[in-house]
Amino acid sequence: MQDNTLLQMRNIDKLFPGVKALSNVDFTLRKGEIHALMGENGAGKSTLIKVLTGVYQMDGGEIFVEGEKISIRSPQDAQNNGISTVYQEITLCPNLTVAENMFIGREEGILVNRRTREKLAAKLLDELGIPARSTQQLGSCSLAVQQMVAIARAVDMKCKVLILDEPTSSLDDKEVNMLFDLMRDLKSQGVGIIFVTHFLEQVYEVCDRITVLRNGELVGEYLIEDLPQVELVSKMIGKELDELSNLGEIEEKEIENKEVFYEAKGLSSSDALPFDFEIHKGEVNGFTGLLGSGRSESVRAIFGADKVNGGEIKIKGEPVKITKPIDAMKHGIGYLAEDRKRDGIIAELSVRENIILALQVMKGFFKPISRSEAEAFADEYIKVLNIKTASRETPIGSLSGGNQQKVILARWLLTHPDYLILDEPTRGIDVGTKLEIQKLVLKLAEDGVSVTFISSEVEEMLRTCSRLIVMRDRHIVGELKGKDLNQAQVMKTIAGGEAKNE
Amino acid sequence: MNNENENFLTGIKKFFKKIFKGGLGQLTIPVIAIALLVVFNIIRDPSFFSIAIQHNNDGNIVLAGNLISIINGASELAVLAMGMTLVTAACGGQDISVGAMAAIAGSAFVKVLKSASVINAPIVLLGFLMACLVAVIFASFNGTLVSVFKIQPMIATLILYTCGRSIAYWINGGATPTVSSPIISGIGSFIPGIPIPTPVLIVIAVAIIFKLVFHFTSLELFTQSVGINGSAARLNGINSTFIKLLSFMILGLCVAVAGTIGVSRLGLINHETLLLDVEMDTILAVAIGGNSLGGGKFKISGSIIGAYVIQMLTITLYAMKVSSTDVKAYKAIVIIILVVIGSPVIKAKFEKLMTHMKNRKKVSVKGAQ
Repeated sequence: MQDNTLLQMRNIDKLFPGVKALSNVDFTLRKGEIHALMGENGAGKSTLIKVLTGVYQMDGGEIFVEGEKISIRSPQDAQNNGISTVYQEITLCPNLTVAENMFIGREEGILVNRRTREKLAAKLLDELGIPARSTQQLGSCSLAVQQMVAIARAVDMKCKVLILDEPTSSLDDKEVNMLFDLMRDLKSQGVGIIFVTHFLEQVYEVCDRITVLRNGELVGEYLIEDLPQVELVSKMIGKELDELSNLGEIEEKEIENKEVFYEAKGLSSSDALPFDFEIHKGEVNGFTGLLGSGRSESVRAIFGADKVNGGEIKIKGEPVKITKPIDAMKHGIGYLAEDRKRDGIIAELSVRENIILALQVMKGFFKPISRSEAEAFADEYIKVLNIKTASRETPIGSLSGGNQQKVILARWLLTHPDYLILDEPTRGIDVGTKLEIQKLVLKLAEDGVSVTFISSEVEEMLRTCSRLIVMRDRHIVGELKGKDLNQAQVMKTIAGGEAKNE
Repeated sequence: MNNENENFLTGIKKFFKKIFKGGLGQLTIPVIAIALLVVFNIIRDPSFFSIAIQHNNDGNIVLAGNLISIINGASELAVLAMGMTLVTAACGGQDISVGAMAAIAGSAFVKVLKSASVINAPIVLLGFLMACLVAVIFASFNGTLVSVFKIQPMIATLILYTCGRSIAYWINGGATPTVSSPIISGIGSFIPGIPIPTPVLIVIAVAIIFKLVFHFTSLELFTQSVGINGSAARLNGINSTFIKLLSFMILGLCVAVAGTIGVSRLGLINHETLLLDVEMDTILAVAIGGNSLGGGKFKISGSIIGAYVIQMLTITLYAMKVSSTDVKAYKAIVIIILVVIGSPVIKAKFEKLMTHMKNRKKVSVKGAQ
């Protein structure tokens, strides 16, 4: 074992009912190192972090800190062993002062009086170059500073290992740089930092090493200079570049020269940067990019799901205004949201009520769909989409994920949309249902419906889409069609190897 | 007589079987509560529920007895509970100013009656419409605070709870004017020739109106959607601000009806005492009715039964010669029990027990084979 090894996790296993979340994963962190932990959703990053911080108990493996074997049974154990975590959401108290937040819940904090506490805090803030006064209310600081205070608190608790879980996702560029300076400063003091993020460029800016996980297994540990961005993406997604190139030409799907159904120029929302977009009648297109690349935000802007800030929209050549979901629905646009639980299902209402909801809203408040009509609609779609439910009156919340998704699909199909946006319709559902949904998308397109299809699985999009819009860090960095529609090209574009259409 | 008793017992047995199978859903608790109160009263005093046919002071033939006075007395509460159910479902919170608003609506009603030389039907109708208008305006004030400014309902309605009765005081210049007219006593007690108290008929009418509104609009579906998952409701094009505001406006109409009944009963408006403390009973009625106070799915019928549970409890206590000061304490005890039994924790425990017992039965059957 090398001298500067700080933390070693060996052969970590973690089982959840029916799933092996981690299998035989190794992870090593050295002193004075910033180490990125990468992987797509469900790769096991957060499980590994939670094992390390004592939120989960591991089912197999060993953890060493500075060569000594330790057991972590609770977050308290982790902290006692010098392992601290700063989460994406600030877990401090915004209504207390910065100094109080730094000392809250610590034994020595009780005995220290307010003035000494403030002095100690001020000293530490100064050392770390954090632009906050110790007497200031935490809530009055910017998010970045709050995050830094959380880090300062962790550092002051003599942490050796600092875990930063998506710390930059709600920060702007300037704040990110401030945070990076702090991270480099801590690194020079010998702290080992585990950095979890979705932003590839940030990894290359600040990290020394990368560990990649995929499907709960270790892919490998790499020095940053040995792993170009394109290769990192392919390792995360799980296809070697050479292998991909050999897949050969993917069948070319021509976009027919049909009329443009929807066209946006400079469309932007509270969450999406301005972008141009158009879709033809009967076309299936896709937005791709890693999580956080802005693909969902863009399609939400099309539907008016977030506050729309600007842009010109035309439907069938006619200028229209779409600022809220009902506008979009009235123009024949449907949107299946990414987060089924939060934005899709009305959990306690029946399958029947969930299916008719969107159509009912479009028909209007004073024209309720009669009970018998609603039952007929529900029965029809339960049959067509093969929805497995005890009855149409079963609350949707008690259905499996895939069947819930089918109910939401039924809800939008029932409105007979001209343009259907499906954001991750296949996430977390079984393979059989995935194929059914893909087939359905292609059938809809045949019937002249325009479809935007988003999926984390590139293969799935290649199978269904005739055009792919590639996004990275909230910008559209490419548009692929025809012979460019292959995994290698998609990955290169995601990684920024051959960015175009900037 | 014996035979009748047996029939009665098997009836009760069947009833309880249905309850324990969970066939009544959210109505289980309120129905059990009513049943227990009825049984308790019958044991305590077999003649408690006897209904007498009497001549009242005006010489009309009317029904009288404890049962009638319970159903009659709960009228304002039942009407308010119906409106409160909607607000609760849509906003996940309650309006605590309904008592004060009823005083305002009642004062407006009396003000119109007093301004006319004779009290005839059109004037009473005008007064009622004025009460509705005033109540809807004030309810919209509450509703705007809740739906547009996202203030917690209880805080938003605390404003009118505090100052509502002062506003009512100003409307009639601080006086407590009386109004006497056959029409008013017709609303407050009996219409000649009809032996059922008018407030009871009004409750039935309001309940039917609710049923019709649910039938001819999408109010029920939209309200539940907004209350269960506001984010999803929005993405399905539902204007949740409007739905929340609408629920308050409907509650406002209920308040006007309740205020009008309250004034008509006494033939005067006393802004200090009209429907005093009714807000807490209203919220309780909604809760006892098995509706989640956190919003979402609702059943108006549950709240109506809840209102009668509360009233029956009150009358029972009075009948037991509990002094009026002590009634509240006893009421509180019963309500604690009802609410705890209806809590998710107890429900889950109960379901566990039931499945356990079922499994044991199966095991013993298997063992016998």
